[in-house]
Amino acid sequence: MCHISSAIEQMIATTNRHFSLRRWLAPITAMAPAILAVLVVYVGCLLWTVFVSFTDSRSIPDLAWSGFGQWTRLYADYRWRTAMGHMFVFGAFYIVGCLVLGYLLAVFVDQRVRGEDFWRTVFLCPHALSFIVTGELWKWYLDPEFGLQRSVRDLGWTGFTFDWIADRHMALYTIVIAGIWQSVGVVMVLMLAGLRAIDEDIWKVTRVDGIPPWRVYTSVVPPMVVPSILTSVALLGAGAVKNYDLVIAMTDGGPGIATDVPSKFVMEYLFERSNIGLAAAGATTMLLTTIAVAAPLVAWQWWQRRRRARGPA
Amino acid sequence: MSGTAATLGTRSRTHPAGPRPWRLSPARLGIYLFLGAAAVFFLVPIWIMVATALKTMPEIRGGSVLLPPSALDPTAWLNAWSTACIGLECAGIRVGFWNSVQIVVPSVVLAVALGAVNGYCLSFWRFRGADTLFALMLFGIFIPYQIFVFPLIGITARLGLYGKLPGVVLVHVVFAMPIMTLMFRNYFATLPIEIFKAARVDGAGFWRIFTSIMMPMAKPIIVVAVIWQATASWNDYLLGLVFAGREHLPMTAQLNLLVSAEMGAHEYNVDMAATLQTALVPLVIYFVSGKWFARGIAAGAVKG
Amino acid sequence: MAATKIETRGLSVAFKDFAALSSVDLAIGEGEFLVLLGPSGCGKSTLLNAIAGLIEPSAGEVWIAGRNVTWAEPKDRGLAMVFQSYALYPAMDVYGNLAFSLRVAGMKKAEVDARVRHAASMLELEPLLRRRPSELSGGQRQRVAIGRSLVRQVDIFLFDEPLSNLDAQLRAELRVEIKQLHLKLRNTTVYVTHDQVEALSLADRIAVMRGGVVQQLADPDTVYRKPANRFVASFLGSPPMNFVAGALTRDAGRVALRVDGAVVPLVRSPLEVELGEGRALSLGIRPEDILIGDDAAACDFRWDSDVALRESLGSETLLWCSLAGARVAIKSPARLAAHVGDRVPLGFSSERISLFDARTEERV
Repeated sequence: MCHISSAIEQMIATTNRHFSLRRWLAPITAMAPAILAVLVVYVGCLLWTVFVSFTDSRSIPDLAWSGFGQWTRLYADYRWRTAMGHMFVFGAFYIVGCLVLGYLLAVFVDQRVRGEDFWRTVFLCPHALSFIVTGELWKWYLDPEFGLQRSVRDLGWTGFTFDWIADRHMALYTIVIAGIWQSVGVVMVLMLAGLRAIDEDIWKVTRVDGIPPWRVYTSVVPPMVVPSILTSVALLGAGAVKNYDLVIAMTDGGPGIATDVPSKFVMEYLFERSNIGLAAAGATTMLLTTIAVAAPLVAWQWWQRRRRARGPA
Repeated sequence: MSGTAATLGTRSRTHPAGPRPWRLSPARLGIYLFLGAAAVFFLVPIWIMVATALKTMPEIRGGSVLLPPSALDPTAWLNAWSTACIGLECAGIRVGFWNSVQIVVPSVVLAVALGAVNGYCLSFWRFRGADTLFALMLFGIFIPYQIFVFPLIGITARLGLYGKLPGVVLVHVVFAMPIMTLMFRNYFATLPIEIFKAARVDGAGFWRIFTSIMMPMAKPIIVVAVIWQATASWNDYLLGLVFAGREHLPMTAQLNLLVSAEMGAHEYNVDMAATLQTALVPLVIYFVSGKWFARGIAAGAVKG
Repeated sequence: MAATKIETRGLSVAFKDFAALSSVDLAIGEGEFLVLLGPSGCGKSTLLNAIAGLIEPSAGEVWIAGRNVTWAEPKDRGLAMVFQSYALYPAMDVYGNLAFSLRVAGMKKAEVDARVRHAASMLELEPLLRRRPSELSGGQRQRVAIGRSLVRQVDIFLFDEPLSNLDAQLRAELRVEIKQLHLKLRNTTVYVTHDQVEALSLADRIAVMRGGVVQQLADPDTVYRKPANRFVASFLGSPPMNFVAGALTRDAGRVALRVDGAVVPLVRSPLEVELGEGRALSLGIRPEDILIGDDAAACDFRWDSDVALRESLGSETLLWCSLAGARVAIKSPARLAAHVGDRVPLGFSSERISLFDARTEERV
């Protein structure tokens, strides 16, 4: 008996040793493209750009440190500051608009309506389109000469004006509307998932205790869909910073610089105006803004994990 | 069993018994009205696009944009497809269509494959640094492309891929990787780990388990991932603009060129026809895939 | 039990292709504690939800306090409900959970506070008022759920398996508390459970259900000692009632049951007249009613058996023997227990047996 068991033990030991080596070889090889991509692109390129913002690179990269020169130039630039302002205004209205409308749509669709699939298909279909397509669509739709304004006037309301897209002060809001049109379907899907995750017994309790539905949706439900809300805010916020295609297609930053956004500014200075360092500073600012928007979500998730680990008192 | 025997059997019409008849209450009506109004808001722009593409220019100038075309005129459509001028070439947007196809198909195949392998790896083979790697990848989803664009041009140029098809496909794949990995990882996390352990005990290795066991079980998420990536890749503008080079510009970039470079009077019907043609592929995918599309959003957006 | 508080008349609930409730007639008296008992899928929760108005019946009526409430909203029926999953509002603290329905109803702050504190003191929740549900244990959460019903000061309480999520010890504690609460408040209570121990200890009457039909409606003692059919007999009691097959016969002038060679005398004489000779019956006898050793000497029916298996349950011992080919369980106090392989004298009194028709499984 002793011989057999020790022989088996030896066999297991050798297989383990082989297995250990081979064990890690395959996963590492499989992950190699990902590791490469992360290191080279996500980390490497990012660091490179941030670094370049501290150099005096113009049309070609110049890797000599030059301090905050480009940064001062950037924030002294009226156009940049305006673009930043536009990004925040757009972001605020876009996020709030999508959250409110998305929540409303989810609530209404959740009311055991007939043809729920139909409604969801309709509300989500703009999301299938490219931002370029959306931009072209809305540009035409809101065309002051031939678009919506004309149609409503034709219907009889001759005093109707909706030339926001050509108006220096209002053009940004047309982009907000187009953006909401495109994205609210996603928020609705997320909210609906959050609503459906609520314990059915809570709905029963409110029916028995006589809490009216609108009160449930305003007092009880929102804290329970915080994950959906936070995810939406992170996605929408990141989208607002990235916003490029939509602006290009819809107004190309115009009229004038009324709808200029940081991403457009950066692209222009990278490719047309040849000031790579300045563009890099702009891009780094965009990065910091993104982090600021996505950070609450990450922080909340981390905090939730800790609370769950602590458990009931 | 009932104590009040007297009332049994006397079910007059005033006393309800059984299911309530379905009535359209004001609240119910209000719900449908709201939803209907919202549907109008969402569909009108698309309607306008389709209608305008099929009208003639005099008709557009003469009538409301909301009206349907009086006759289905295909000239604008054909014009946009094969004869419209984009830049110096006047071969229509179909050039862009084929370019997009050439970009999207390989990028979908590669991105989904990589995402599957990565997701599988991160789910079942926990090695040191796996979580950090994943966190970095997720972080990457949010970051604007503008941060990466310039150095990435340098890299692709050095690899001899800048302005070439493989280059733009590579870039698409790199940026698709985080979300593909996320989808697969979350999906694999829902599978019972016992399957994996049983396979290990049976002697199967890394790749064997992946191809024979995990991938067959992953059919739903593969569908979702393909739909997501095909749509995202087709709809991309910036990456195609920067990395594809003149000969391989995707449809979205060509569309923008077509519309914005027009001198003089705009041919709105041609513009809208081209827009519709660019939107057609993702819209078809969307309507055909139905629930899978929404499932993709849930899978991608719900972080672990 | 004075007036009838809750009544269902011919209540039926059908889902697509499956009948959850089939024409249930039930009358629950004021202040009564009725338990709906049965296995999963028997329709007890469906019945509770239908009484509450959360499910619409496909046929039949629900009457509460003399009013036909079949189409009334749950909130208009004057009842409160406690759920298995507690269903507390996670973002509000205990005070908030208790006060919410009152605030929504527009009650004045002072009165809300009075009611909340009163309920909190009754359920020993005072030190927990500022805590969130996630910071409470299962038992505490369930108390808050009960408290939420208390503050509404309604006449009817509905409980849907409230203790099923708790561990055994907590269950026993809360069971006592619920009983005490009922004794204090004297609310009409309908309580759903699959646990027969809860049913037996809490109920004024038990409705045993199966397949959407009430099998027996009676006080705990009757349901236990005189089960209406074989299902009820085997559902209550742990370990369940023993069954032995047999046929009616005559023995020495008296009616008896022939059980595989042995003859069991039966006491009840009216039976003799109605039933026919040779009729197949099942004899049921509970494990605690089979006596062993010297105690068996005084019984109507005695036999000897080998002990096949012995299970020690702490305060008692379970012996597995056989009677006429069937395995029977015998509960005996630990000190008297025999050992495996022993041949022991067993016996039971014919007053303790239940007879069921072998085909219909009804009590005879």
